[in-house]
Amino acid sequence: MDTQTLTYIFVGFSFALYIGIAIWSRAGSTAEFYVAGGDVHPIANGMATAADWMSAASFISMAGIIAFSGYDASVYLMGWTGGYVLLALLLAPYLRKFGQFTVPDFIGERYYSKTARVVAVICLIIISFTYIAGQMRGVGVVFSRFLELPIEWGVVVGMGIVFFYAVLGGMKGITYTQVAQYCVLIFAYLVPAIFISILITGNPVPQLGLGSDVVSGDVSVLARLDGALVDLGFTAFTEGSKSKLDMFAITLALMVGTAGLPHVIVRFFTVPKVSDARRSAGYALVFIALLYTTAPAVGAFARLNFIHSVDEQSYAEAPGWVKTWEGIGLIAWMDKNDDGVIQYGAGAPFEGRADYTGETGSSGERLLANAPSDAANEIVVDRDIMVLANPEIAGLPPWVVALVAAGGVAAALSTAAGLLLVISASISHDLLKKTFRPQISERAELLAARGSAAAAIVVAGYLGINPPGFVAQVVALAFGLAASSLFPAIFMGIFFKAMNREGAIAGMVAGIVFTLSYIIYFKSPWFGAVNNADHWLFGVSPEGIGAVGMVVNFAVAALVARFTAKTPPGVRDMVDAIRIPTSVTAS
Amino acid sequence: MDRKPEKSEPADKAKLYWRENLKLVCWLLAVWFAVSFGAGILFVDVLNKVQLGGVPLGFWFAQQGSILVFVALIFVYVGRMRAIEKRFGVSDE
Repeated sequence: MDTQTLTYIFVGFSFALYIGIAIWSRAGSTAEFYVAGGDVHPIANGMATAADWMSAASFISMAGIIAFSGYDASVYLMGWTGGYVLLALLLAPYLRKFGQFTVPDFIGERYYSKTARVVAVICLIIISFTYIAGQMRGVGVVFSRFLELPIEWGVVVGMGIVFFYAVLGGMKGITYTQVAQYCVLIFAYLVPAIFISILITGNPVPQLGLGSDVVSGDVSVLARLDGALVDLGFTAFTEGSKSKLDMFAITLALMVGTAGLPHVIVRFFTVPKVSDARRSAGYALVFIALLYTTAPAVGAFARLNFIHSVDEQSYAEAPGWVKTWEGIGLIAWMDKNDDGVIQYGAGAPFEGRADYTGETGSSGERLLANAPSDAANEIVVDRDIMVLANPEIAGLPPWVVALVAAGGVAAALSTAAGLLLVISASISHDLLKKTFRPQISERAELLAARGSAAAAIVVAGYLGINPPGFVAQVVALAFGLAASSLFPAIFMGIFFKAMNREGAIAGMVAGIVFTLSYIIYFKSPWFGAVNNADHWLFGVSPEGIGAVGMVVNFAVAALVARFTAKTPPGVRDMVDAIRIPTSVTAS
Repeated sequence: MDRKPEKSEPADKAKLYWRENLKLVCWLLAVWFAVSFGAGILFVDVLNKVQLGGVPLGFWFAQQGSILVFVALIFVYVGRMRAIEKRFGVSDE
């Protein structure tokens, strides 16, 4: 069978599985819709959290980023895992003890204020929509490459599936679907990684393969890669080009942002006990670490394979995948010295983004209208294709390619569903039930939750099909927004009784406005700002500015709280109560 | 300060429990900081002079080691907290 038929079978089978689970576990009450009834086993919740957390960015993009930026990509590896330590130690147990449905619930109650709740809802919606547009796009890319559907149709199919199980099943349906999706995605990630590790190093454990010697000599993979890259004019793989300060800021923003992402936090409302919340964070990180410790090996292997199969190869004899990905515009080759051979090296091969003329050149390549650069490099490749193309690059059988496609879709769908749920819960629960229509019945609230989930899917799909220019790059920036708004408010709510309503609101507003403005200023085309280290505030990139935004939040909150009315005694008692797993008097 | 004297004993216990918790959290976060921001970023160049099974040590901490330590930290926290909660009689298990 060819790859495409196999992909249809694999993806189709996984969809049938998700829909089956959704029907079996549909939600009957608001508690089931928002927090799966609060009785999910910690291990199941750990798996669901891992799938919820690992998005198209982790599955599709991360190894590609590692492949092309080496040590610099460590910010994602540390940032997206270190946040779980913060979550387990500083937030999850206390939020579970508090035990309501949403993140704005906690902020609204702890800061005794509807305004605080609404500000939290606004932060949550900005964060979640930035994040979700990228997921829908990821589904679109996988569909367009493997099922040869236009990207728009890919997005529509993805929307349809998520609509079905998120709207029907709520948190309960999503949780058990995510358990299945975790299994699909981790299997799809590890199988090709193990194959490639055996091919390159003979070691079946990719994590160890990174340091093993290559089969064809007694030099380690990393040493071989460093040597090859330096020869081609790149920085060595194990050395970085980012400044230490920027590395520091980005890692911190990603860690704190991870702990502040509402769709991750809300997962800890679904376990039965406080101790389960802590344990569940541990299991989640184990399941995440399985993929995250494999990714550096996948990235290094992919880069090595890529260099070997492309550099100094004649285009006419280049492997099939080069032409397939060139066909959908994610690889571009400009034969600058007219020798019909691909030269790979440092530097952009031409000015700007690839602009295909629609004609083919003498070797059969798609001609480009761009002006050539001075660099000797002739080829440019989109980093996002590395994981998807990896099995083809390594010459693995078609079923592995199909499996990776199913895994990519699972990663994107599971995250999209989790995000949609927090958006819908914040609208039906926080805005309707708790703020504007308190007399609403449970049935009506459940209907509103389903309705807002459906509406959010349509908006997300629209953003996926028509990303407003810079959204694709902005996905990683959602973390900065979470780090600068929700995390400090929740953290201070638990650890500082003196933090009051006025301080928390001022802090959240100052943090998110500062971070969002900085990102928009440098990332949007509207201001014409030059996005490089010479122009950044303190040399911190827009990716890392969330760390500064967090400091702004803390500082503003502390200052305002000093000069405004004290926290009421009832709220202090509530903080005392959430700090201990049980009632002390009961012992 | 205490409005209800009969409650002062459990309140003290809660305070002690909270202090133990904070102490533990601070220690664990110090390790969290040391392996990621310390070994993986600030001192990466020094550590890279040492090789760990074919991988420069600083690079290893930044890409794999810190993640493994993070996992260990959470389980140490789970275990230590279970003991502390038993000691103060506030365990929910």
